[in-house]
Amino acid sequence: MNYFLTDDQKMIRDLAAQIAREKIAPIVAELDETGEFPWDVVKTLAQSDLFRVFIPSEYEGLGGGIFEMCIVVEELSRVCGGIALSYAASGLGTIPIILFGTEEQKKKYLPRLAAGEILAAFGLTEPNAGSDAAGIKTTAKPDGDSYVLNGTKQWITNGGEASIYTVVALTDPARGVRGSSTILVEKDTPGFTFGKKENKMGIRASATRELVFQDCRVPKTNILGKEGMGFLIAMRTLDQSRPGVASQAVGIAQGALDKALAYAHERHQFGKPISSFQGMQFLLADMATQVEAARALTYAAARSIDSGEKDVSKVSAMAKVFASDTAMKVTTDAVQVFGGYGYMKEYPVEKMMRDAKITQIYEGTNQIQREVIALNLIKEHVRAKK
Amino acid sequence: MKVIVCIKQVPDTTNVRINPETNTLVREGVQSIINPFDCYALEEGIRIREKHGGTVTVLTMGPPQAAEALREAISLGADEAVLVSDRAFAGADTLATAYTLAAAIRKLAGAPEGTPEGTPEGTPEGAPLGSGADIILMGRQAIDGDTGQVGPGVAENLGIPHITDIRKIEEIAGSRIVVERLLEEGYARLATSLPVVLTVVKEINEPRLPSLKGKLAARKKEIPVLKAAELEADPERFGLVGSPTQVMKIFTPPKPSGGKKFTGEPSETVGALLAELASAGISIRKK
Amino acid sequence: MDPIRVINQNCVGCSLCIKACPYDAITLSGPPGAKPDKPTAVIELEKCTLCGACVEACKRYKAIVITRTTFKGQNLKLYSGIAVFAEHRLGKLASVVPEIIGAARELQKELSAPVSAILVGNGVRKYTDELLSYGVEEVWMVDNPGIGDFDEDVQAEIVAEILMERRPEIFLGGGTVVGRSLLPRVAAKILTGLTADCTELAVDPATMLLRQTRPAFGGNIMATILTQNHRPQMATVRHKVMAPAAKVDNPQGKVIELSHIEVPKSKIEFLEFVEEKTATVNLVEADVIVSGGRGIKDPKNFALIESLALAAGGAVGASRAAVDAGWIPYSHQVGQTGKTVKPKVYIACGISGAIQHLAGMKGSDMIVAINSDPHAPIFDVAHYGIVGDLFQVIPELVRRLENGE
Repeated sequence: MNYFLTDDQKMIRDLAAQIAREKIAPIVAELDETGEFPWDVVKTLAQSDLFRVFIPSEYEGLGGGIFEMCIVVEELSRVCGGIALSYAASGLGTIPIILFGTEEQKKKYLPRLAAGEILAAFGLTEPNAGSDAAGIKTTAKPDGDSYVLNGTKQWITNGGEASIYTVVALTDPARGVRGSSTILVEKDTPGFTFGKKENKMGIRASATRELVFQDCRVPKTNILGKEGMGFLIAMRTLDQSRPGVASQAVGIAQGALDKALAYAHERHQFGKPISSFQGMQFLLADMATQVEAARALTYAAARSIDSGEKDVSKVSAMAKVFASDTAMKVTTDAVQVFGGYGYMKEYPVEKMMRDAKITQIYEGTNQIQREVIALNLIKEHVRAKK
Repeated sequence: MKVIVCIKQVPDTTNVRINPETNTLVREGVQSIINPFDCYALEEGIRIREKHGGTVTVLTMGPPQAAEALREAISLGADEAVLVSDRAFAGADTLATAYTLAAAIRKLAGAPEGTPEGTPEGTPEGAPLGSGADIILMGRQAIDGDTGQVGPGVAENLGIPHITDIRKIEEIAGSRIVVERLLEEGYARLATSLPVVLTVVKEINEPRLPSLKGKLAARKKEIPVLKAAELEADPERFGLVGSPTQVMKIFTPPKPSGGKKFTGEPSETVGALLAELASAGISIRKK
Repeated sequence: MDPIRVINQNCVGCSLCIKACPYDAITLSGPPGAKPDKPTAVIELEKCTLCGACVEACKRYKAIVITRTTFKGQNLKLYSGIAVFAEHRLGKLASVVPEIIGAARELQKELSAPVSAILVGNGVRKYTDELLSYGVEEVWMVDNPGIGDFDEDVQAEIVAEILMERRPEIFLGGGTVVGRSLLPRVAAKILTGLTADCTELAVDPATMLLRQTRPAFGGNIMATILTQNHRPQMATVRHKVMAPAAKVDNPQGKVIELSHIEVPKSKIEFLEFVEEKTATVNLVEADVIVSGGRGIKDPKNFALIESLALAAGGAVGASRAAVDAGWIPYSHQVGQTGKTVKPKVYIACGISGAIQHLAGMKGSDMIVAINSDPHAPIFDVAHYGIVGDLFQVIPELVRRLENGE
C-alpha cells in the first residue's frame, strides 16, 4: 500500500532493508541461539548513518523524527525483532535527552549517539514496579553537587551494552511520584553495575539486564529537566516511543506473513499448493489486512507526534496495542500455515512467534495501554460535552 | 594521497539467462550494477583515505547512464566522480579503453611540476604523471568482459608500474608502497613506488554499505563529463577505430542434451550410478 | 562516420535485430517524416558494442552495416610464425605451457609456420630441453640475472622487444595470474590486440586470420574475435582448457639466445614469496572433485562434501553461492570467476548449474550431478544425475565407496 513516503524516507527504508537482508539475515538463527549482542550489525547501522535519522541536525543528526525511526525499526524487525530492538531501545534512551536535555547535555551525548558510537538505554521498570511505575523505589539522594543513586532497575534493554542510561529515580521519596527525576548515568560510573544477562523466550539477540546502583554518585548536572519532573519525562518519552514498539511488531508480523505466503505457495498437499485452499486463503487475507491496519495506525501515530501535536497518548497507545496484538496473532497463524515444519527451529517462524510476545508486554503492557486509551476517551468525551 | 578508482557499470551477469526458445539473452530484470570487483577497489581507496588522508575520485568510461554507478560510488564514500563519455568511445576493446582511461587520468592528474604556464591542462602523453594521481585502483576484472586487461593497459599508457591481483596493501610510506599479490601457489610480497596501478581481488577487504549522508551527497553531486575533444590524445585510438580486436560473431553455446538421470530411493539410485560408472570403466573409489 | 548504420530504405521494421541484440541497443522508431506504419531500427551508439549480432540477424535485408576500420597497424607481410610465452616461476615451467604449445602446434597444421617459445628470466636455460621436447622449433631466450621471477615490468619490456624483433604473427600466453597481467602490458606496448581466455583457437581458411573464440556476457554467449590489422595476434588460454602437446621423439629445435636485448632495471622490488598451496593447486590438478553449492544449505553441511571427497580420494570444490555465503574459502571456487577444472570425475552436489559455474567445469571428463530439483540446469551437462536429497544420497554413496563398491 502506498503511504506516500518522501524520497528521503524511501531512501532510509531501502537502506535499512538492504542492511537487514545482507547483514542481519545471515546471522539471525545463530544469534537467536547464542544470544550474542549484535555489535557488528550496530557498527554497520552506525556507519550507514541510521542512528542519525531521528536526531536533530544541530547535533549531527539528519533531522528526521519518530516516523523515520519507525521505518528503520520496521525494516530491521522484518528480519529480526531482537536485533532491531537494540536499535529501537537506544532510540528510547535517546528521546528523553532530545526532549528535555540542556544544550550542554545534548551537545555532549547526541552527536555520539547519532554516530552510533554509543548506545543508550532507558531505565524505569523495577522488580516491584512494572505497570505500577509510580511504585519505583530507586532513590537519587541530593548530596552536595551530586545525586547518590541506590536501587535496582529490572529488564532493561541494552543493559550492559549501552554507554548512557536515562534512569528514573526518587530525588524526594516523601513526595512519591512528584518527587521523581530523570537522571543521566554513564556506564562505568563507580557504584553502577549490571546483573546477569536474562535468558529470554524471544528477542534473544537483545541484551536484557538489571541495573544495580549502590551509592552511585553522579553530578547534579546530569539531571534532565528539573527535580520532580521524572515521571512527566518518562510518560512523555513513552508516548513518543510507542510507535517504535508498534513498528517492531508490524515488522515482525510482516516478516512472518512473507514467510507464510511463500511457504503456502510452495507446499503441496492433495496435489495442489496449500495456498489454493479457501481456508488458507482466508487466513492469509486476514493476516495481511491486520498487518496493513497495524502499519497504517502506527504511521498515523508517528506522523502525529512529528507534527508537534500535544495530545498523542491515545493514538500512540492504540498503535502499540493493536500492532502488538496483531504481531502475536499473525506469527501464531504463520506457524499454523507452516504446520509441523513451523514448530521446528530449522524454520524461521517459531522464532518470530517467540519474538512477538514481548511486544504485548513491554513499554506498557497492553492492559495499561487500554487503560490509557480509555482514560483519554473519557477525557475527550467530558471535554466535548462542555 | 590522491586515489583514483576506475569502475565499470556492468549488467548483473549472474542473473542473465538465455531464452531457450529464441536463443537470445533475456535482459528483463537484469540490473546494472557496479562491477563487483570494483566495489572492493573503491572500499580499499576509501580505507587509504581514512588512513592517509586525501581524496578518492571515481572514474568510469561508459554511456550516460554510467553516471548512476558513479553516484552509487559517491554514496559509498567517494569524494568526486568523473564520467568519461562520448559517442567516439563506442565499441572500444581493452586497448582502446585503457588508452582512453589513461588519457582521462592524465587530465585529472594535472600537469607535472615545472610545466610552463599556458600549457593545456593535464599531463601530456609520455611525460611523468602529474601530482594529481598517487594510486590508481580497479577490480581485477569486469564480470561482463572478464579479461582483466584494462589495468595493465592503463599503467602502460601512463608509463607507471602496475601489479595485479592485490590481496593486501601492507603499507604506504612516503612514495613507497608494499603489497601482497595473490598467485596460484601462494602470494608474493612486492614493493614499488607511487604512482602505481593496482588491480584488486575480493580477499582484500569487505566493502561497506552505502550511508545516508553519502546517498544525500550523491543525489546532489555534480558529475562532470569528459568528452573526447577534452582529452589530449589521438582520436584514432578511441572507440572502434582504436580497437585492434573486433567481435566478428556472437552465438549462443550449443545447449547440451544431458545424460542419464536416476530417480528414487538413495539406495537404488546410488547403486545404479555406481553400476553405470563401473561399466563405463570409471572408478571413484579412493585407491 | 558512425561505425554502425541502419540503411533505412532496406529496413522493413521486422525487429529481428532488436531481438538479437545482447546489449539492448536497438529500438524501433521512425526517421523524420516516416509513415507511422513503417518504423525502422534505431541503434543507440552508446550502448552498442559493435558485436555484429544484428548484422547477422539482418542477413535477409542487409539493412545494418558495420564499417570496421582501425588505426594503422603493423606491416602484416613481415609477420609469420606462432610464438608462445614460456611462463615459469620458482624453478618450474607453468603447467599451462605444454597446453599452449599444443594449441600452437594445432594452428601450425593450417599455417605451416614454426612454433617458437619466448623464455625470459634468470637461469632459464634449464627449461629449454623441456620446451624443445614439446616440438617447439625455436626457443628465443633471454637469460640474465637481472630478470627476477617477479620482475614483471622487465619481462614485459623484453618480451615486447623480442616480439618486435622476431615478428611472429601469433603470440599465445597462459590465462594465468601472470599471463593476464603481463600480456596486456605487452599488447599495450606494441599496440596490438589481445583476446583473453580463449576456449577455441582456429585459423580462418579464407583470411588465414586467427579466430579467437571466448565466452562473453558472463559466459552466457560465445564471441569470435579477429585481430585484422595488428600483429602479433595475441591470445591467452586458461589452464585445463586445451590439450597439452605430445612430446616428440627426436626434438629438432634450437635455442636462440638474444643476449643483445637490453635488460632494464625493475621498478618492482621483490620482498618474499609465501607458499600457500593448500586447496588451490590440489583442486585444479585433482582427478576427482566433489563440489557443494547452495543446496548444502548450511556451512556445517560442507562436512558431507568433505566426507565424499575423502571417500573418493578427491578435492573439494564449491560454487560461487557457497563461497559468497562464506561457507568455504574462495580458493575452492569453481567457475567463471574461480578456477577452471578438468578432472576425470566432477561430482556437483546441490549445485543448480548456473552458466558461470559450468564455465569452470564443463570440460570435465565425467560429470555427475546430485540435486533435488529434476529441472536443475546442471542435469543438462551431467553425464549421470541423481535426483534426490543430497543429505541422503551422499551418505549412501560414501558408505558404498567405503565398503569398496
